[in-house]
Parts: sequence; C-alpha cells; structure tokens
Amino acid sequence: MNSFLSIEKLTQRFPDGAGDELTVFEDASFGVEKGEFVVILGHSGCGKSTIMNILAGLAEPTSGVVKMDGELVRGPSLDRGVVFQNYSLLPWLTTLKNVTFGVQARYPDWSKAKVIAHATEFLAMVGLEGDVIRRKPSQLSGGMRQRVSIARAFANHPKLLLLDEPFGALDALTRGTIQDELLKIWGQMEQTVFMITHDIDEAILLADRILLMTNGPFARVAESVEITIPRPRNRTEIIEHPNYYAIRNHLVQFLGKRSKELSGQPSTPGETNRPTQVRIDKTIPADDPEDQQPALRAVNS
Amino acid sequence: MGTLSENKRAALLSILLLFVGLLVWEMSIPAQKAVGELTEYELLTGGGQPKAGVPPPSQVFAKAWEQLSDPFYDAGPNDKGIGIQIGYSIYRVLTGYLLAALIAIPLGFLIGMSSVAYKALNPFIQVLRPISPLAWMPLALFIIQDSEASAIFVIFICSIWPMLINTAFGVAAVREDWVNVARTHELGSIKTAFTVILPAAAPTIVTGMRISIGIAWLVIVAAEMLVGGTGIGYYVWNEWNNLDLTSVIFSILMIGVVGMLLDAAFGFLQRRVTYIE
Ligand SMILES: Nc1ncnc2c1ncn2[C@@H]1O[C@H](COP(=O)(O)OP(=O)(O)OP(=O)(O)O)[C@@H](O)[C@H]1O
Ligand SMILES: [Mg+2]
Repeated sequence: MNSFLSIEKLTQRFPDGAGDELTVFEDASFGVEKGEFVVILGHSGCGKSTIMNILAGLAEPTSGVVKMDGELVRGPSLDRGVVFQNYSLLPWLTTLKNVTFGVQARYPDWSKAKVIAHATEFLAMVGLEGDVIRRKPSQLSGGMRQRVSIARAFANHPKLLLLDEPFGALDALTRGTIQDELLKIWGQMEQTVFMITHDIDEAILLADRILLMTNGPFARVAESVEITIPRPRNRTEIIEHPNYYAIRNHLVQFLGKRSKELSGQPSTPGETNRPTQVRIDKTIPADDPEDQQPALRAVNS
Repeated sequence: MGTLSENKRAALLSILLLFVGLLVWEMSIPAQKAVGELTEYELLTGGGQPKAGVPPPSQVFAKAWEQLSDPFYDAGPNDKGIGIQIGYSIYRVLTGYLLAALIAIPLGFLIGMSSVAYKALNPFIQVLRPISPLAWMPLALFIIQDSEASAIFVIFICSIWPMLINTAFGVAAVREDWVNVARTHELGSIKTAFTVILPAAAPTIVTGMRISIGIAWLVIVAAEMLVGGTGIGYYVWNEWNNLDLTSVIFSILMIGVVGMLLDAAFGFLQRRVTYIE
C-alpha cells in the first residue's frame, strides 16, 4: 500500500456525446515503486493516456486519488516529467533552448552558463552534439526530436518520468537506438519511469513490470507481470533467455484474447480491483515434477 | 538570357514594363502649343492660358526632383515640403496605431484565453468592426473638438479590429500541447503568456498588425482630406484645389512608396517571428 506512487480507486467517466456517460475505467488501483520501470500495455482506447494525464496532473479524474511520496497529486509539477507522444517541443526555440527552457524552470537560480552546460550535457547523453543543438526542431528528424524531448525531461531530474508512447512515430531502427539510450540513462539515474507503449517487445526489453489493461469501456488494470529477465538487457540477447518467450506468449495471449473476455464489466463494489501479480520464471526448476505447464504462479494479494 | 535567375528576369521585366508605361504616358499627352503658334481666335478665347491637363511623366519627375531636394521647407500653412506633410501623416498613423495595439493585443489575449470573455465581447466587435472609420469622424470632431486628435482617433478605431481579432484567434489556436509543456514546468500564467503563448501566437498577431498598418495608411489620406491643415492627404487635396496635377500625381506616388515601406517593415517583423512546426 505504501508504494512511491499509489493510484487508488481511480475512475474516469466522460460524457459519451449522446447524453449518457462513458466509463473509461473504474476503481483502478495499483502502485509503482521507487526506481521501478513500469510499462502499461493495452488496446487503443482503453484509457492509457487518460491515466497518464491524471498521473501528470494535467487532468482530473472523476474520482479516486493519486499519491506520490504520500502526497496527493493535484495539478502538474516539476517532480513529474512528461514526454508527450508528439514530442511537444516548442518550434520557435532551438534544440538547446528547448532543453534550457525546462532547466531554467527547474533551477531558477542557476547561472545562465550553468543552465547551458547542464542542458548540453543531457543532449550529449542522447547523442545530440555540435551544430545540431543550434537547429530548430523543424530541422531535425523525428528520432532526433524525440531525443530532445527525452533530454528535456531527464535534465530536470523529475522524481517520476511519464512517457506516452514515446517511440510510437519512429522507425524500428531509430526506435532501437533510442530505447538503448533510454535504458542507459535510466540505469545511471535510478529514475522511476511509467511508460505507455503498444509494442510488446519494447515493453519486455525495458520494463521491470508490465501492467496489462483490459479493453474499455470499464477497462481494468487486470494483471501486473514481472519481467524476470536480469539486467542489463540487450535486445539480441534477451530473446535467448528461457523466460522471454514464456512472458511474451503470456502477454500476447492476454492482449489477443483475455483483454476482450475480461472487458465490459462494471466493478463489483467493495472489491479492491488490484491487478493480479504474475511471475513467470522458468529458470527456477518447478517444485512439482509433474507440472509440465509453464511455471506460472498467480499470487493474489 | 537562359542563365539569368528567376529574380533577375523578373526585375528586368519590371523595368521594361515601367519604361513602356512611362513612354506611353508621355506620348499620349498632346504637347502644349507655344504662344507664337496660336491663331488670333485661340488667343481671343483664352486658349493661351496653360490648360489644366494631365502632366506627362517628365514633369512629374521634375516636380519630384524639386520637392525631394528640399523636402522639409516650411513657407507658411499652405506651403510646406512633402517631407513635413508625410511626417505629419506618419506621426498620426503611428500614434493612433500604437494606441490601438496597446489595447487590442492585451484585450485579444484575454478574449483568446477565455471563452466567456470571447462570448461577451463578440457582439460588440461584430457591430463595431464593419463601420467605416470615416463614419466616426463627425462624432469624433464633435466630442474631441480637435481635428488633429480626431484624425488620430479614426486611425485608432480602424486599426484596432484586425489586431484584436488576429490576437484573439492566434491565442485561442495555441496548441494545447505547448500549454501543457508550460504547465508541467510549473510556469505561472504571466510566464506562460510571455514564453509560450506569445511566441506561439506571434505570427498570427503580426499578420493582424500588418493588415492594420495597411488600413491605417489607407484611412489617413481620407481623414486628412476631411480635417485639413497638414498631412499628405491634405496636401493632395490642396494641390487639387490649386489645379497642380503634377503635385497631385507626385504625392500619390509618395503615398504608395510610404505605404510600401510600412508594409515592408512589418513583413520583416513577420519573417522574424514565423516558425515552422
Ligand atoms: N476529453 C474526452 N472526452 C470524451 N471522451 C474521451 C476524452 N478523452 C478520452 N476519451 C475517451 O476515453 C477513452 C480512452 O482514451 P485514451 O486516450 O486514454 O486511450 P488510450 O488507451 O491512450 O488509446 P491509444 O492507445 O489509442 O492512445 C477513449 O474511448 C476516448 O474516446
Ligand atoms: Mg493514448
């Protein structure tokens, strides 16, 4: 219950345009630990972005609370950095100024030189150096813009980093490079990350834990799957890990079939609605030799 | 010829058109006969008086040379240099225009940010905007009792609308994402207005300012014809009363040139604030 970030009985309803109400999700509850990298997976329209906007403080839920470090989240804060899906760089500023914009807001009493040095350092961390940082975002490629946006968020050392499909618009190659960069920075900074994606392989590569959402309306965060593959991970090596395909199959199963079966039911009053904890680990020899099934143990809390 | 750039070819063509135009103009005006060639009948009927005809370009050039070589002379109320007259007009335009900008831009911000303010003010804007600025003149003269201030008021009222509407539109159209960037960085509303909304809306605002200065320059000529005294509009009218068509044509050209320069200044500003998304 005392997670770094705790989401309690979060409900979001919107007017559905026909005079009625659309319940996107109801009584969603889950937690994120400090330093954890959590990825949320779910079909389009299930409410992932809605949850993230609430976590960021940019939107108010219909009911329920979000607490970070024991404090209620009300309104946006520099403690929660956001990398928006469409980068959201300010097009009239240069790359460097887009980052110093954030640094200045975070550290108002730093000298100008210090702000620039700090911003330059983080841009270098995502591989943007030299001339590039004096260009406007319109003169950068999609992958470069994404990196600027990540640098802007990381340079502010937020306690929680929220990423909404950060690599959605990128080609597979660029995506791979930036994923590696993200992992590298995250490894150095012990940042807590909450990320949305549609890509199962990306989720397995990056996450400590994957939250699975059922389809909306009345979507639920149904499962929390631990990724039992040791770090540092490398995209070419993880596929050889014995747990990789077991986890992947479980996720594919869920998204392909169970997310539909579980959807559409209003929550039962009184139920906690916490996700089922799932841990798949084939490296531990099964206790029961007759158990030929994948070692899937559901631990209901 | 094929090696010349597009701009150079266009420039050559412009010069050619200018020469042809001037030549046709010069040729189409019948030369004034010298007095010696007049018949007795013509002398008796007053044909010897210089006729008030459209002058040829050569005369206009001579006039321009004469005027521009001493643009700031001042020989009494009815005889001032073209520079002084244009100076008066520009002074009035800029005063009225700056007053309008001081009100239109902050008010436009407010309207753009708040839909309540927009809905509340919209009916007034819709009624006031289509009124010809000169229609305000009698009322302005009566209330303000001063022709100079009335002219400035007319400039004020005609330049306020494009700036107001464009500012409101530009501010309302600022992408939500950019405002969210400001919000997640905990910028206050003043800081957000100056560091995010203003630069984001600047291209639209400056377009409004450019339209306004164009309208203001159109209107000042008419306004000065009405209020008289000084200014390029008054000068045109005065020279027409003197039947000095050469000066009329010269001042028409000057009005065009000054208007072009004002527009170019705002065009420059516009290029400075434009960004590519
Ligand atoms: N402001 C709003 N008004 C009404 N309905 C909304 C609003 N915002 C979101 N919704 C609805 O809420 C549901 C969830 O939207 P959300 O953007 O969170 O989905 P998502 O999971 O992020 O989808 P995607 O993966 O496609 O980005 C959708 O059905 C959407 O139509
Ligand atoms: Mg989304």
